Amino acid sequence: MERTGTAAPREAASEPGGPGGRRPFRGIGSGGAPAGGSATDFVQRHGALVVLVAVLAGAALAFDGFLGVGNLNHIAVGAAFPAIIALGMTFVIITGGIDLSVGTVFGLAGVLAAWASQYGSLAALALPLSVCALIGMLNGVLIARARLAPFIVTLATMLGAWGLMLAVSDEGTETYVIPDGLALTPLVQDRFLGIGYPVFAVLALFAAGGILLRRTGWGQQVYAVGGNEDAAALMGVPVARTKIAAYTLSGLLAGLAGALNAVWLGSGVTIFGIGIELDAISAVVIGGTLLVGGYGFVSGSLVGVLLLESIQHIINAISGLTSAYQQVVSGAFLIAVVLAQNYLSRRKRPG
Amino acid sequence: MTAVDVPAVCGDRERVIGWLQEYGVYVGVAALLVFNIAFTPHFLSVENFRTQAVQVTPVLILSLGMALVIATGGIDLSVGSVMALAAAMISLYLGYGPVAAILVALVAGAAAGAVNGALVAFAGVQAIVATLAMMIGGRGLSLVLLPQLDGIRNAGIRELGAGDLLGVPYLVWVSAALIAVVAFVVRRTVFGRRLVAIGGNRRASELSGLPVRRTLLAVYMLCGLFAAVAGVLATARLQASDPNSIGQLIELSAITAVVVGGTPLQGGRMRVAGTVAGAVLMQLLVSTLIKHDLPPSWTQIAQTAVIIAAVYVARERGRR
Repeated sequence: MERTGTAAPREAASEPGGPGGRRPFRGIGSGGAPAGGSATDFVQRHGALVVLVAVLAGAALAFDGFLGVGNLNHIAVGAAFPAIIALGMTFVIITGGIDLSVGTVFGLAGVLAAWASQYGSLAALALPLSVCALIGMLNGVLIARARLAPFIVTLATMLGAWGLMLAVSDEGTETYVIPDGLALTPLVQDRFLGIGYPVFAVLALFAAGGILLRRTGWGQQVYAVGGNEDAAALMGVPVARTKIAAYTLSGLLAGLAGALNAVWLGSGVTIFGIGIELDAISAVVIGGTLLVGGYGFVSGSLVGVLLLESIQHIINAISGLTSAYQQVVSGAFLIAVVLAQNYLSRRKRPG
Repeated sequence: MTAVDVPAVCGDRERVIGWLQEYGVYVGVAALLVFNIAFTPHFLSVENFRTQAVQVTPVLILSLGMALVIATGGIDLSVGSVMALAAAMISLYLGYGPVAAILVALVAGAAAGAVNGALVAFAGVQAIVATLAMMIGGRGLSLVLLPQLDGIRNAGIRELGAGDLLGVPYLVWVSAALIAVVAFVVRRTVFGRRLVAIGGNRRASELSGLPVRRTLLAVYMLCGLFAAVAGVLATARLQASDPNSIGQLIELSAITAVVVGGTPLQGGRMRVAGTVAGAVLMQLLVSTLIKHDLPPSWTQIAQTAVIIAAVYVARERGRR
C-alpha cells in the first residue's frame, strides 16, 4: 500500500533545502519543526489545537455550562479510552503503517477483562494486556517479517480478534459482569478534583509516549523507519524490530483501553469497539501526523481525540441530531485535514 | 488453507507458489466442493446451489468493482457504506416507483465513488485514506437519511429479490451480466488496458500519455456503482432497508475474494475469473463451516487464516 500514495507528502517531510539523507531524523529535538518555521508549519503542528479552542469557545457561547467542570470531565473521560488507542496508533502511523485491528482488539480486551475479573484485579489487567499485545505482535511479525501490506493484515486480525471475542463470550450471548468490590474499580471510576482518574492516566501515558518518541533511540528509529525504510535499513536501524514493537505497543494500548473501559462500565460489552479504529485514525491524522509516515507527534493525537469528542458532545447538545451526524462530520473532517496537509506540503516544496 | 497444502509434493518452492497464485483458488473451490459432496447432507440439490448463488451475489459484485480498483494499485474500503447509502436511497425514493428508486440509489453510489476517485486522482490523497473517510462518512450519512430499519413493501423490489427467470434468480442474472461486462471491459477495451497499466506503473503511464486521472476517476466511480448495485440487490433480497447493518465488514470479504483470486494488491494485473472463484471460495468456506455447526467465532478465525495465507502467497509475485 505504501506505493499507492503520492509522493508529495513524503517529499514534503524533508526540510527545505536539506539533502535527502536528513529526512529520517526529522524528529530530533523537542521542537521537530524545521528551522525558519513558517506559518505553514504552525498550521501543520498546531492547526488542530486552534480549531479545538475555536470549537470550545463557540460551544461555550452557544450552550450554557458547556465549559463547566462536570461537562468538561464528561468530554475528557469520554475521550480517555479512544485517546489511549490513538496513542498506539500514532506510533504505527509514524512508521508508515496502519492498524485497523484496534477496534475489535479493544472489544476483545473488555470481554477478557470482565471474564478475568473474577480472579482479581491483576488478572483483569494481565490477561487482556498479554492477549492483545500478542495480537499486536502477530500483526507486526506478518507486516515486518513476512512483508505483507499493513492494512490487509490488520483488517484480517480485526476479524480474528472479533472471532476470538465471540469464542470467549459464548458467541456473544454471555456478558461478563465485573464483580463488586474489585480493587481496580475505584481506581478507574473515582474522581480527583472533579476530574476522573482515567483522564490523569491518559495524561501520564501521553507524557510517557511523548518522551518515548522524542527522547529515546527507539523513538528516533520509529521516525527513521517511517521516513525512508530503505535508508533506515542502510543506516543500521533494525527496521523489522522497530515495526514489530510499534504494532505490539498499539495492540497493548488498545487492550489497556478495552480493559479500563470494561472496568469503567462494570461489564464486558461485546458490541463495543466497532468503528473505534476509524476514530483513532481520524484523530491521529487530524492531530497533524502524516499517514505516509515519518512525521508526527503524540500531543497532536490527543488534541485530535479531544476535538472529535467535543464535536460529538456539541452534536448531542443540539437536540434533534443523532450520533450519525458525528460520523458525517468525522469523515468530512478527515478529508478536510488530509487535503489541507497535501496543500501545505505542496507549498512547502522548494521551487 | 485447503489451497495451501495441496501441491506440497512439487518441491520447487518458486514453482509451487507461482502455480498456487494461478490455480490455488480453483483447487480450493474444488476441494471444498468434494468435501461437501462427501460429508454434507443434501449438498447436491438444486435448492442448495440456488441458495449459495444468491448468497454470494453481493460479495461477488463488490469484488468485481474492488478488483478494478485493486488492479490500479488502489483500494476501496467504502463499499460497505456505499451499500448502506444505496439501501437508504431505495427506501427514501420508493415513492417515485421502484425503477426511479433504484436509479437514484445507483447514482448515489456512483457519486460516492466519484468523490473517492476525485480525491485519489486529482487531490492526490492516498486511496486508503480517501475511502476510509467515505467509509465513516457514508455510513453516517445513510444513518442520517434513514435512522433505522425500514421494511419495503413493493411488488417490484420484492420480485427483484425473490423472483426468477428461467428458474434462475434475477440476482444471479445480474451478477452474471456484470461478470460478463467486467470481463469484456478488462480484456477487450482500451480502458481495461489503461487501468492495468496504471496499476503496473503509474508514472510510466503518465509519461506515455495515458489519461491517468480520468481513468482512476472512472474506476472508482465504477466501484461505487457496483457497490450500489450490491446494496440494491441485498435490500431487495432482505425486503428491508437496513443502513445500520448492511455491508458491515463486507469490504474485507470483497478484498479477500480479489486477493484469493490472484489479483495482487500492488496492482498491475486483474483476473476476472479468479475473482469470481475467490468470492465463491469464501462463500463455500463460510457455508461449509456453518453447515457443520462450527460457531461464527470459528468461521471468522478461519477466514482470518485464509486471508493471511492468500496475501502471503500473492506477495511472492511482487518479489520476482
